Amino acid sequence: MPDSLSNTPLHQLTIAELLDGLTQKHFSSEELTQHYLARIDRLDSNYNSYITVTAERALEAARAADNARTENKAGQLAGIPIAHKDIFCTNGVRTSCASKMLDNFVPPYDAHIVTKFAQAGAVCLGKTNMDEFAMGSSNETSFYGAVKNPWSTDCVPGGSSGGSAAAIAAQLCVAATGTDTGGSIRQPAALCGLTGLKPTYGRVSRYGMIAFASSLDQGGPMTRTAHDAALLLNVMAGFDERDSTSAQNAVPDYTATLNNSLEGLRIGLPKEYFGEGLSPEIEKAVQAAIKEFEKLGATVKEISLPNTELAVPCYYVIAPAEASANLSRFDGVRYGYRCENPKDLFDLYTRTRAEGFGDEVKRRILIGTYALSAGYYDAYYRKAQQVRRLIKQDFVDAFKEVDVIAGPTTPNPAFKLGAISDPVTMYLEDIYTIAVNLAGLPALSIPAGFMQNKPVGLQLIGNYFAEAQLLNIGHQYQTVTDWHKHTAPNIE
Amino acid sequence: MSITADDIAKIAKLARIRVDSDEVPELSQRLANILKMADKLQTVNTDGVVPMANPLDAVQRLRADVVTEPAGAAALQARAAFLAIAPSSEQGLYLVPKVIE
Repeated sequence: MPDSLSNTPLHQLTIAELLDGLTQKHFSSEELTQHYLARIDRLDSNYNSYITVTAERALEAARAADNARTENKAGQLAGIPIAHKDIFCTNGVRTSCASKMLDNFVPPYDAHIVTKFAQAGAVCLGKTNMDEFAMGSSNETSFYGAVKNPWSTDCVPGGSSGGSAAAIAAQLCVAATGTDTGGSIRQPAALCGLTGLKPTYGRVSRYGMIAFASSLDQGGPMTRTAHDAALLLNVMAGFDERDSTSAQNAVPDYTATLNNSLEGLRIGLPKEYFGEGLSPEIEKAVQAAIKEFEKLGATVKEISLPNTELAVPCYYVIAPAEASANLSRFDGVRYGYRCENPKDLFDLYTRTRAEGFGDEVKRRILIGTYALSAGYYDAYYRKAQQVRRLIKQDFVDAFKEVDVIAGPTTPNPAFKLGAISDPVTMYLEDIYTIAVNLAGLPALSIPAGFMQNKPVGLQLIGNYFAEAQLLNIGHQYQTVTDWHKHTAPNIE
Repeated sequence: MSITADDIAKIAKLARIRVDSDEVPELSQRLANILKMADKLQTVNTDGVVPMANPLDAVQRLRADVVTEPAGAAALQARAAFLAIAPSSEQGLYLVPKVIE
């Protein structure tokens, strides 16, 4: 750690800086963990970013990491305090998915990535708030109450990984895990001024990650910098035989290429991402970011993704259809909530699910059931799967001409809590992120400015398994700009 | 696209979610709005387009047909751990209301 940072409060340091400080024994992981736990205890009532705080376990893990460091056996993230989205199963720690249905669910096993982070020596501070079953773009559907955006506490943090985003932005952890089915990592990262990466479908194991839409779901890192995201992805990525769609491609060291030059990089700007509905100030911030890339040696050209406007309708058939199948497991029999005094098995199922699920989750299950039901399957589900291929083909064609696609992450900055009550209006907030999930591509959101004092996100979409390139581009941008260093006002 | 009370009753039964009659008007309106948005898909020509189920068009990975679950004491321990979180269980079985008279 450079001397210039030795007086910086611990909660303002990045992972890369903390690892230096731990290695040089400027502080111990136990001190660092206690520092973060004290902040959570004192400040999280302002944000509601955590559902469960695991203080004792965290301190135990921190002491183990300190010992490992003394014995020169420290893992890649030894002693670094992170948080897991409450969608990842944690052995012996309640995993609620922000639903009444799982309010009492204590899994008897760890998700793959929870195991990987523990093996790397990371310290889990607790489980973060989210939209119920990851269905939402505002973190308002949580059974445990809405999360507030640290940049403006009357605004949403985005969703569904809103608790992870708010916890990092309020400096109540240095990094967190998220999941992204239609934008649930990138959108909250954009709205909270963070770096968030949705990896290629299959890059990160879904084992132990409570399923929403299995052909779209993907876990990924949420951090303050692209460098930190690379450090997390190094731990998360890789083949896992327990996930039947886990990718077997080799995992590179994502930090190794961060300093590569962007000379000659071809950036495509999809004209459909700069049209009607985009806030002019967000467009200005994105154009300014493109200028920075040109200064770094990149070339820019306009491209077209002609089926963009079909992405939201396509997604809102496929995702609910898959959700209706996945969420059928919550039946009040094997774990989770069960209604009182069921009079027969049908009553047990239907009342358990009526009482255990929130409104948005029920709506999506019902839509999905409808789209899959006899007489409607071809018109909705099969049709959506065909359109999905057209959307993917747009990207395949674009990547013949350019290396990476850039645009806004969201059309608007963080909106006020309670401002959007119509589901379809809410769905349209995800207009620039959803197509990426349908195509299965990786995409990164990085801070690129402000609009009305609220953070603006720039989205970079890469080709399949091009995470290293996205992180390289993000890191290079963060070496010539300081948007990612701004912190929310009024946080201690 | 309109959604009738009968439609709601049918899909609620299929989805095993109880919907009370006072919830039906708002629910049918909201579901109709979502389906109206989805109807945009009907305007697209998809003749000959193969439906896409996996973004990487990957096929199911196969493994050798051998037992991979633990056996013996480990299996009993795993069963006990899973039954411990059930709402109701007895003698290694999940309990539900009587199904057969």
